[in-house]
Amino acid sequence: MAFFLETLLGGLMAGMLYSLVALGFVLIFKASGVFNFAQGAMVLFAALAMARFAEWFPKYFGISSPFLANVLAFVAAGILMFVVAWLIERLVLRHLVNQEGTTLLMATLGISYFLDGFGQTIFGSDIYKIDIGMPKEPIMVLESVFQGGILINKEDLYAAVIAAILVGLLSLFFQKTSTGRALRAVADDHQAAQSIGIPLNSIWVIVWCVAGVTALVAGMIWGSKLGVQFSLTAVALRALPVIILGGLTSVPGAIVGGLIIGVGEKLSEVYLGPFVGGGIEIWFAYVLALVFLMFRPQGLFGEKIIDRV
Amino acid sequence: MFYRENGQFKTSYSKDQQIFPILQDKVAILALVAFAFVGVPFLVDEYLFRAILIPFLILSLAAIGVNILVGYCGQISLGSGGFMAVGAYAAYNVFVRLDGTPVIVALLAGGFFATLVGIVFGMPSLRVKGLYLAVATLAAQFFCDWAFLRVNWFTNNSSSGSVSVSNLQVFGLPVQSPVQKYLFCLTFVVVFALLAKNLVRSAIGREWMAIRDMDVAAAVIGIRPMYAKLSAFAVSSFIVGVAGGLWGFVHLGSWEPAAFSIDRSFQLLFIVIIGGMGSIMGAFFGAAFIVILPIFLNQMLPLLGGLLGVTISTAAATHAEFMIFGALIVWFLIVEPHGLARLWSIGKQKLRLWPFPH
Repeated sequence: MAFFLETLLGGLMAGMLYSLVALGFVLIFKASGVFNFAQGAMVLFAALAMARFAEWFPKYFGISSPFLANVLAFVAAGILMFVVAWLIERLVLRHLVNQEGTTLLMATLGISYFLDGFGQTIFGSDIYKIDIGMPKEPIMVLESVFQGGILINKEDLYAAVIAAILVGLLSLFFQKTSTGRALRAVADDHQAAQSIGIPLNSIWVIVWCVAGVTALVAGMIWGSKLGVQFSLTAVALRALPVIILGGLTSVPGAIVGGLIIGVGEKLSEVYLGPFVGGGIEIWFAYVLALVFLMFRPQGLFGEKIIDRV
Repeated sequence: MFYRENGQFKTSYSKDQQIFPILQDKVAILALVAFAFVGVPFLVDEYLFRAILIPFLILSLAAIGVNILVGYCGQISLGSGGFMAVGAYAAYNVFVRLDGTPVIVALLAGGFFATLVGIVFGMPSLRVKGLYLAVATLAAQFFCDWAFLRVNWFTNNSSSGSVSVSNLQVFGLPVQSPVQKYLFCLTFVVVFALLAKNLVRSAIGREWMAIRDMDVAAAVIGIRPMYAKLSAFAVSSFIVGVAGGLWGFVHLGSWEPAAFSIDRSFQLLFIVIIGGMGSIMGAFFGAAFIVILPIFLNQMLPLLGGLLGVTISTAAATHAEFMIFGALIVWFLIVEPHGLARLWSIGKQKLRLWPFPH
């Protein structure tokens, strides 16, 4: 029982991290109808920028406090993501208005190739470390209930908390601010939003910026967990089942989907993996999502797809 | 001046329904095929065969398969790499485990098993549409990757995880040298391209296109969505599977699952989009573009660096290649979202009037 709970908690915390990446997808899809395959590349790019800035600032500006260096690096990387978002809107999306979903998808794949190459050209392609002072040692809880207690990885716990805070902030931003309302209006109906004077282009820039910032946070957390390296882009592929399970257009869906996928992956790996040779995490998530899709083709929280002739 | 159809009157339906109703088209295509069979083997050196022509042919074949699904039936699939893997490994198992199986039979058997897998993973398309389906087909990709990596039976328990075939023979003729491999692939490509072309202009092809344009409306006028979608998945994965078999047997010789990774799926989708969705001809254009571009960049970048007086390291060259490739793709999508096939048909239209436009 204790072991089961431990796996469950581990899954929930991993799931929180998936939802963080998934959020980036959902935000962009909601506001612009673009299925952004470049999210993985953006995570890598942001993480690379953050890692290298944190390394460069102390060296060139003589900042001794690691905390200050990290904060500055975070801000600088955030600004960089803003520039990237602006450029993407300016150079790519603006020219592809009214194209089919597939074409836009391929364009974001092109962007992801470009960002992969560009990031590694300016920031280097070694494995870098992001050290934001996350504690590595595990803690034990509930020792009074179970023998030996439940082992929780403190780093995962912190990451999950950060992710939860970010999600909370985002939903506040979406629900309470006027920009957030404009974003939701655009998500509902491009033309109607435009007709009441919401500037589409700047909304897209904002959305891509927000997605860039979530990519930065995701990259920071994943980067401090796994090290900043090319394989970080694969995180995006792990987040895809999350969004189709939760629904492409739903922010709560991304979170609930992330938790389900996280738990499902961990439980399957522990209880099912040994029978079939292990390593089933990656496809199990997809199959799990598929099973859900069989019953709800638009995902758990997605808007109902209504076909009209 | 030369590309005019004036005076070519059709007096029967069968003449009107030919693949190439215009005489000039027919002559040009026949000449091209004849040149590919007879002329090319004498003109081209070994490197070109191995690095460009053979990959080009096999990827064109795979792209034709993907195009049937994506371009004609409108079901976006990101699992084509997985179906190629199924084709390659199934062909390998048939070839190794059943003694004396001819290569062609093994390859077709690979296609057959890819069809089965394709139908299974095509099932979700009955419920799920559009981008949801695209992500769902990734399940096929990752499942196949995993299966061929972890389940030792598929790789004949080889310890390194890679499998290889050698001594290929067709009707007693060896398929060893690049020229022989080229001709072998070319035969497959010509036969399958012809089959595919005929299929998409037959009743079933029109059903696929109706489903693509609007599946609800298609269902209303009496097209069975299940039959149409699953048949598209079946035909597509058969062709993709055969291409996978060729890629393993003929192009690589020995391979491991990484040869059919998700990047392959993306590559095939790129070929289809750049070549032009819903065009058999486009598959060839797209494949040529995708095969030649990286090689071209690879050769040109160091030269360019040399001109500017900078030596570009291999790592930097790879990254620059990524950047240029990505940027070109985006640029291409912006300039011509309907692909090279559209450019081709615009060109033909212009040629009709040339050189007297009025």
